[in-house]
Amino acid sequence: MKDTVEPYVTDDGRTIGDVMLDLRNITLRFGGVEAIKDISFDIREGEIRAIIGPNGAGKSSMLNIISGFYKPQEGEVWFDGAIRPPLRPYQVAQQGIARTFQNIALFEGMSVLDNVMTGRLNHMKAGLFRQALWYGRAEQEEVENREAVEKIIDFLEIQKIRKTPVSRLPYGLKKRVELARALAAQPRLLLLDEPMAGMNVEEKEDMSRFILDANDEFGTTIALIEHDMGVVMDLSDRVVVMDYGRKIGDGTPDEVRGNQDVIDAYLGVSHD
Amino acid sequence: MTATAPQKGCETLPNLLARNVARFGDKPAYREKELGIWQSWTWAQAAREIEAFACGLADLGLAPGDSVAIIGRNRPALYWAMISVQMCGGIPVPLYQDAVAEEMIHVLGNSQARFVIAGDQEQIDKIHEVQDQIPHVEIMIYHDPRGMRKYDAANLFEMDDVTKNGRAKQSEIWPRLQAIQAKQGYDDTCVMLYTSGTTGRPKGVVLSNRNIIETSKNSSEFDHLRADEDILAYLPMAWVGDFIFSVGQALWTGFCVNCPESAETMQTDLREIGPTYFFAPPRVFENQLTEVMIRMEDASKLKQWLFHHFMAHAKKVGPRLLDGESIGFGDRLKYFLGNLFIYGPLKNTLGLSRVRVGYTAGEAIGPELFAFYRSLGINLKQLYGQTEASVFITQQPDGHVRSDTVGVPSPGVELKMAENGEVFYRSPGVFVEYFNNPESTASTKDAEGWVATGDAGFIDPESGQLRIIDRAKDVGKMSDGAMFAPKYVENKLKFFPNILEAVVFGNQREMCTAFLNIDLTAVGNWAERNNIAYSSYQELTGHPQVLDILRGHVEEVNKSVAADPMLAGCQVHRFVVLHKQLDADDGEMTRTQKVRRGVVEEKFGDVIDAMYGGKSEIYTETEVTYEDGRKGKIKATLQIVDAAVQPVQQLEAAE
Repeated sequence: MKDTVEPYVTDDGRTIGDVMLDLRNITLRFGGVEAIKDISFDIREGEIRAIIGPNGAGKSSMLNIISGFYKPQEGEVWFDGAIRPPLRPYQVAQQGIARTFQNIALFEGMSVLDNVMTGRLNHMKAGLFRQALWYGRAEQEEVENREAVEKIIDFLEIQKIRKTPVSRLPYGLKKRVELARALAAQPRLLLLDEPMAGMNVEEKEDMSRFILDANDEFGTTIALIEHDMGVVMDLSDRVVVMDYGRKIGDGTPDEVRGNQDVIDAYLGVSHD
Repeated sequence: MTATAPQKGCETLPNLLARNVARFGDKPAYREKELGIWQSWTWAQAAREIEAFACGLADLGLAPGDSVAIIGRNRPALYWAMISVQMCGGIPVPLYQDAVAEEMIHVLGNSQARFVIAGDQEQIDKIHEVQDQIPHVEIMIYHDPRGMRKYDAANLFEMDDVTKNGRAKQSEIWPRLQAIQAKQGYDDTCVMLYTSGTTGRPKGVVLSNRNIIETSKNSSEFDHLRADEDILAYLPMAWVGDFIFSVGQALWTGFCVNCPESAETMQTDLREIGPTYFFAPPRVFENQLTEVMIRMEDASKLKQWLFHHFMAHAKKVGPRLLDGESIGFGDRLKYFLGNLFIYGPLKNTLGLSRVRVGYTAGEAIGPELFAFYRSLGINLKQLYGQTEASVFITQQPDGHVRSDTVGVPSPGVELKMAENGEVFYRSPGVFVEYFNNPESTASTKDAEGWVATGDAGFIDPESGQLRIIDRAKDVGKMSDGAMFAPKYVENKLKFFPNILEAVVFGNQREMCTAFLNIDLTAVGNWAERNNIAYSSYQELTGHPQVLDILRGHVEEVNKSVAADPMLAGCQVHRFVVLHKQLDADDGEMTRTQKVRRGVVEEKFGDVIDAMYGGKSEIYTETEVTYEDGRKGKIKATLQIVDAAVQPVQQLEAAE
């Protein structure tokens, strides 16, 4: 382990705890293509961790490994201090990891409320039979889950569109609904794949606010991929920089900003 | 003035609360939509909360005579807080929640508030920002704890904690508060409300228990309000109307105050509650109508035909039905069918199905707009009022409603007109004084209690109702001596759904010109329908086709203005569509959405000069304030459009 794991308090008063997720020497191949080459980094409890890099650097693949969708050929994923065996994505979700997608993946024909309710799936224990008959535990669970969902709706200020079908919403709001659904799962670790892609400045400001608030209010640990450097540098506690499947930088936004390899990767190098 | 004796046990608002608990203890008194569900509190439950919070406030040191600023959106807890403050002998001072920090300094400073009760983090942040300029604010209390966890100032408390603390010490503190309340009388201050400041700095209007309770009693009786009414409290708490409707009348008659979930969900909440007593400024009705018309354009041909067919019929007979006139059997049958197919569902969508008494005020309402609602069978009426009058000066009785008048004097109100046409009134609701401002008090209210309204008007001989022409000081003369009444023309312009706001100039000039603001909803929808691409508000305002449409509107208004020989000089010769919306944050409007003519005239002076200078376009830079208080500049080249005017007919001397 390279990092000290003593908890510390950030400038804005949040406590960053122990290592939650530790990726050790991960390598991922698709046939002959090495998408990720021997990468190690960790995510600590309570922090906002950004993964940045040019297109095709392997950022989304990295997120897919964390969410259990891809299985790396080499390396280990440690979660809560124990090695994580290969899991199905739903099992990963049960561990408290939720995500949003680069291309919005909502149920277009369903209302915002119903979409967010699907985020509560892991919190519903009643069997198919009871659910179908709306009987006993199923009813009580629905009420509890609805309350949890309403809190998220209130939190993200989407009361107005509660009953609107998702297909009728503009892009920026869909992104917010996706965040709502992920938060409804009450995850410990939230993975955001380009939460601000395609947004205008105002929408980006709103989204940044919600990400910070979610981290602050619910103590959710957040790992995000984002291209907008301004956003990344303002939001995150630590940043991993990837390029061609390799890690070329890791540290606080200031450290990363001053890192020559990072500057080269983003701005290009003169060959003379 | 006749000083009426109060009914026993009804001298203060806390008294009225106690009376309601005894009379309607189990009846819902307040509702609020939270977490998607309407939560409700009975009078008894509300009273318990109010008393506990009052004890908590007293424990924090709130003493009789202290003023307490209350800032936030309409929520039961904040309405309760006002009564709690009164229980401690304090004076509640509600503030406009969307005021920026600098505006707050003046009001907080002027009222000398020792306590501030804020709705949420946003309000607390604003006060923190200017804290060093308001040293007399000792204690801050917030209601919604969201985002407040990291604030650790020693003088900052969560409302819930204050209530809990108060409840724990209630047995010890309450007797002390009861003693304070026993000393409060009919002529003690009930509330202090700040004027919106159309012309200058907001002034603190001191209203006594007598003002509020007498007015609430009179107006409730005028409209036969009952304990089973429902109202939606969505207008700013700092506005006198909301205080009378949601506090005064609610406590007097014991009806239920419903608070929406958020400002954006108001329309949905309105529909769910279906108020029986409803108040809205013309702007709200206008927006609703615009929305309806836009959606009708998307409807199928058959639905469109049904809508237009039955609306035409409603326009013909609806208002007469409401006024209780007799109409033919055929018309009645057709109206009944129309109600089944169109009016009923439409009213339901608008959330106005159950409205027994509806009021509009604050601005003149376009006659067509007014007729639209009346024709649906909604008993919409007009009233004329002021903060200084505890709202009511005149109001229209059921069955005697006209669009161009504002009603007969409310019970207990006397009216008189000055030489120049300015309206004066005297009533039990007339304010005590402007706080710490004896000069203004003296210039507004004379020794006999007559108050100048600042509006010019006359009693319409036909209906016996008051008719307001314009602000007395805005009515002017054109250079040829013709009368200039800008509001009259502006209201006609604003009735077009495409025009959100209009400002007409022409005092002491040879012709009238105007600034227009487009309504983005209506014009944006039109653009979408006609495949017109635009990337910003500014671009849309300058689009040649938009200018063409607006020219059509202006020319239509000119025709209708020309029909009135007295005002024919007020036709608009040239106009400019402004590149930005007039906004309260930029000082161009008041918080109650009234145009500050002087500010606009000064700020856009270059544009006005260009209009009168015969230019066809003008480059201008305008400072704007963003919602977070930052300032920026927007630049634009504005087209100046000429509109056709009708020849002014000379008044024929011979008959």
